[in-house]
Amino acid sequence: MTLDPIVITLIEAVVKTIVVIVALLTAFAYLTLVERYVIAKIQSRIGPNRVGAIGGIALLQPIADAIKMIFKEDFWPSQADKIIYTIAPGIAVGTALLAWAVMPLHPSTEIFGYRVDFFIADVNIGVLYLLAIGSLGVYGIVLGGWGSNNKYSMLGALRSTAQMISYEVSLGLALVGVLMISGSLSLVTIVEKQSFIWNVVWQPLGFIIYFIAAVAEVNRLPFDLPEAETELVAGYQTEYSSLKFALFYMAEYINMITVSAIAATMFLGGYQGPFGILPGVHWLVLKIMFFIFVMMWMRGTLPRFRYDQLMRFGWQVLLPLALANIFITALVMLVVGA
Amino acid sequence: MTVNHYIFLSAILFSIGAVGVLIRRNPLIMFMGIELMLNAANLAFVAFSRQLQSIDGQVFVFLILAVAAAEVAVGLAIIVALFRTRQTVNVDDVNALKG
Amino acid sequence: MESIPFYFLAALAVLAALGVVVMRDPVYSALALAVVLTALAGLYVLLSAPFLAAAQVMIYAGAILILFVFVIMLLSPGREGDAPRGALKWQRPLAVIFGGALVAQLALVLLMTILPTGRGLYTPEYLAQIGSTQAVGAALFTDYLLPFEITSLLLLVAMVGVIVLAKKKS
Repeated sequence: MTLDPIVITLIEAVVKTIVVIVALLTAFAYLTLVERYVIAKIQSRIGPNRVGAIGGIALLQPIADAIKMIFKEDFWPSQADKIIYTIAPGIAVGTALLAWAVMPLHPSTEIFGYRVDFFIADVNIGVLYLLAIGSLGVYGIVLGGWGSNNKYSMLGALRSTAQMISYEVSLGLALVGVLMISGSLSLVTIVEKQSFIWNVVWQPLGFIIYFIAAVAEVNRLPFDLPEAETELVAGYQTEYSSLKFALFYMAEYINMITVSAIAATMFLGGYQGPFGILPGVHWLVLKIMFFIFVMMWMRGTLPRFRYDQLMRFGWQVLLPLALANIFITALVMLVVGA
Repeated sequence: MTVNHYIFLSAILFSIGAVGVLIRRNPLIMFMGIELMLNAANLAFVAFSRQLQSIDGQVFVFLILAVAAAEVAVGLAIIVALFRTRQTVNVDDVNALKG
Repeated sequence: MESIPFYFLAALAVLAALGVVVMRDPVYSALALAVVLTALAGLYVLLSAPFLAAAQVMIYAGAILILFVFVIMLLSPGREGDAPRGALKWQRPLAVIFGGALVAQLALVLLMTILPTGRGLYTPEYLAQIGSTQAVGAALFTDYLLPFEITSLLLLVAMVGVIVLAKKKS
């Protein structure tokens, strides 16, 4: 039996999409446990060690959390904008998942004489696509804050809009250096070009700027002003409970995975091993885990910025540095002759 | 799909935007009508760009995006300044220069 | 192959555009505008301009429209006070009539003219081969260098203007 090539492509895309989504959702569930455990260790506490514990770590805790979340009361603020209040968490999760459509996960290999590419799509505007999808992520937060009709939510939403727009500029500009070296916007090409030397060697400044801006973009400490619990209760998600809250939570963790994956792909060679050793998806996972651990470590260690400090840092330090990085990269490429 | 389909769609969007500017009295929504008209023009540019097999139309759209960004920033600043002084967002109330 | 996505995106764009104009709440108008902009980005992909599609989503939907939403939230203008008053009452029906007339007129012109077909360098196949980003970039930094530089000046002027407008008078 022979199948139409279009049908095969379609089936392949659907299978890959499902696999990626399931993997992300599982990773999200266990990241919540890892985060609680890591933070507990940093703060000299014990951490979750009851539900299905093996070796002192509660391995079934995510499932217990999920069940608890589902059976909580789904609360509706009386004056909330019903439609916007409902779609906001969906937008947040949707935009968080969409970025994975262009992420290269593993080198292309032959399986049973059939060539399999381990990415959903290789578009020649890959990096632009990532930035575009990333810039849409603000909508979920803004609409959630607006739809709840709560002053704390509203303030959190306004803050996060200003913060994410400000740091998005530095985030995008930090990637430009990599694009100049690689001469391509396709993530697959960018990863292939790093088979021996990773981009971070040529772009250390860009890498640092990207990581700082990325932490701000996913609203993690020390940039978690939108949900600063000591002043805004929980920011834009104050009124959310039950499954809608879980969706916001999920979006936040998937965004963490996504920005880590982008950092790994753009600067640390994605699925490429150091000096070309055994390229494969395990390297990508390791690098993502490393970045996520650093983010948790920062959460356990650093205090929160004040809002004016945050804005000043973004516009007066990060942005000029990102521009200087582009300028220096261009200058060096001109002198060396690329 | 011929270029006519795209141009016709562009014409419809442009007209909707123009009508929106005329029938609404909230400056924010009138502004969105203007954005609709700009985008309709962009669509026509890209469609013609493919029809004439030339890249110029796409370059124009890129420049229009930059101009739109500048225009929106200034326009919204004016609306905010207006709201601060007059406490209103109805353009019919802004008639201080009316003789 | 092109017609199904075209009609879908076109219908979506027109419906959402109508939404922008008729919605009472400015936040809903802004959301409808976001749908229009995304649908147009999809049409740009069909027209073999993926670079513009990404730029459209990034600049329009991701930055400009967020600015709209930000200002709407800042002012919370509410739903009242959107009816024309006094001498301008007749403007609404007239605007709708003239809008319909404009569409009819443009449709008539389109039906009567045969648009020229170009024989340029940038065929969809060529664009797919070199990538639309490279094509736009090359044109932008050679033939259109002066407009490009003037645009940067325009952005600077706009930035200064906005700061002057937004600054509190002390």
